[in-house]
Amino acid sequence: MIVGKQKPLEEIWNIVEGYRKILVFGCNTCVAVCHEGGNKEAEILGSLLRMKAKQEGVDIEIKTGGIERQCEHEYFEKAVEDIEGADAILSLACGAGVQFLGEKFPGKTALPGLNTTFIGVVDAPGEFSERCIMCGDCILHLTGGICPITRCSKSLMNGPCGGSNKGSCEISPDVPCAWHLIHDRLKSQGHMGLIQAYIPAKNWTTSRDGGPRKQVREDMRMEKETVAG
Amino acid sequence: MSVLRSGSNLEKVLKAGHFALTGECGPPKGANVEHLKEKGTHLVGIVDCVNVTDNQTAVVRMSSWAASLILMQIGLEPNFQMVCRDRNRLAMQGDILGVYSHGVRNMLCLSGDHQKFGNHPESKNVFDLDSMQLIHLAKTMRDEGKFLNGEDIDERPRLFIGAAANPFAEPCEFRAHRLAKKIAAGADFIQTQCIFNMEKFREFMKQVVDMGLHEKCYILAGLTPMKTLGMARYMAKFVPGMDVPDPLIERLGGAGKGKVAEEGIKITLEQIEELKEMEGIAGIHLMAIEWEHRVPEIAERAGLLPRPEV
Repeated sequence: MIVGKQKPLEEIWNIVEGYRKILVFGCNTCVAVCHEGGNKEAEILGSLLRMKAKQEGVDIEIKTGGIERQCEHEYFEKAVEDIEGADAILSLACGAGVQFLGEKFPGKTALPGLNTTFIGVVDAPGEFSERCIMCGDCILHLTGGICPITRCSKSLMNGPCGGSNKGSCEISPDVPCAWHLIHDRLKSQGHMGLIQAYIPAKNWTTSRDGGPRKQVREDMRMEKETVAG
Repeated sequence: MSVLRSGSNLEKVLKAGHFALTGECGPPKGANVEHLKEKGTHLVGIVDCVNVTDNQTAVVRMSSWAASLILMQIGLEPNFQMVCRDRNRLAMQGDILGVYSHGVRNMLCLSGDHQKFGNHPESKNVFDLDSMQLIHLAKTMRDEGKFLNGEDIDERPRLFIGAAANPFAEPCEFRAHRLAKKIAAGADFIQTQCIFNMEKFREFMKQVVDMGLHEKCYILAGLTPMKTLGMARYMAKFVPGMDVPDPLIERLGGAGKGKVAEEGIKITLEQIEELKEMEGIAGIHLMAIEWEHRVPEIAERAGLLPRPEV
């Protein structure tokens, strides 16, 4: 899922203080899992911002709300009134959601309250780590199910490098060396041939390097919906 | 290894069967050409070629290619280094052609330290290719006369292709296999990370020799003389992939005030003696960084002078 981290309160305050009516708007799917941007978090942030406004003596109306997902048209239907009632929407969705909201309501200002950080997993309650950088050309079948593009700090395809440090990446003891993990996994599975094989230069066109990406399923297309606002 | 691939001095020395000695010279943190030439002058006639580092430890310095050209002016043969951190495949191929056109004949292909270590940690890193792919690229350009995309090169760059090996970074059991991969990708010569744990290095070389890798590629053993106890402790603790055994640190500590540097040199000389006789070792890569003025003395005491003329 997508993981994000709420921006520090000071930074959020600087972003919103020029507006008169703010809607703090949660997204209750991905960023609710990491407890950073869900509808509950939107309520809490709303309270904090009201307190801040009082402290600063700034006259600003702060309401809260949220929907299931800010990346799909249908979920916005219930929230149209709330959104129309504000000048600016402080969206706690990931970057995709903030932008989608802005596209659907171009008369309103869509502001980010969250820093979208990575695609990852829940290792344990409260612990999230990155797994995929969306290169668009998955090689997990060659590396024992561990992604070196994402988890190796240098995205090596023929690692490990000489900086591998007792199982950790040279950048930090808290970051495992992906190639050490790959080596051990392939060894335990009897697939050492895979790590001995040369992986040639990557075609990065399928990743963000090739430009912003788009994907269409012709068999799923319908009559285009009119975008609200 | 029958026909000269690049005609570089290093290649000729190794091909003739001499025990090679290579050195290292870091470019300046500025455009101070005079200081670079001063440092380099200590190595003239002392080493077969000089590694010229490439934004080492991700600290910005004069580019390796530029410093290489300057060192050529004072009679040194550079081993131009290129890391994968700062350049994409376009820039890499362009620079390979560029340095070759200026007379550079050796190239060391490295991953590069992560920018977190350096003085511009906020930068984006590149890593379009990894070191294995860079080795393969240099070989393709030289032996097939083709760019990475298959197009023909107008006058191919004939470089002697080098790579690094670190026998001490885990998983250690894989390191000889990774060396085999680099040789298969096109590495003509290897310089190892500096050796302090001779026991472990012997094990590594045994594996390398068993696999016949020393017959396909020239392996140079990396050595760094310890100047101070602080340096030894720092390297043991803070440099990734470095193995500095406690007995070594104790030996340096026991040397007495003002005598640590001499003890450090003694240790290096002992290592050189053993490495001269070790099967599979074609030479020494001496990394006496910012201590270039002691290299002539070390080379002399190790019986490695004069350098062969080939």
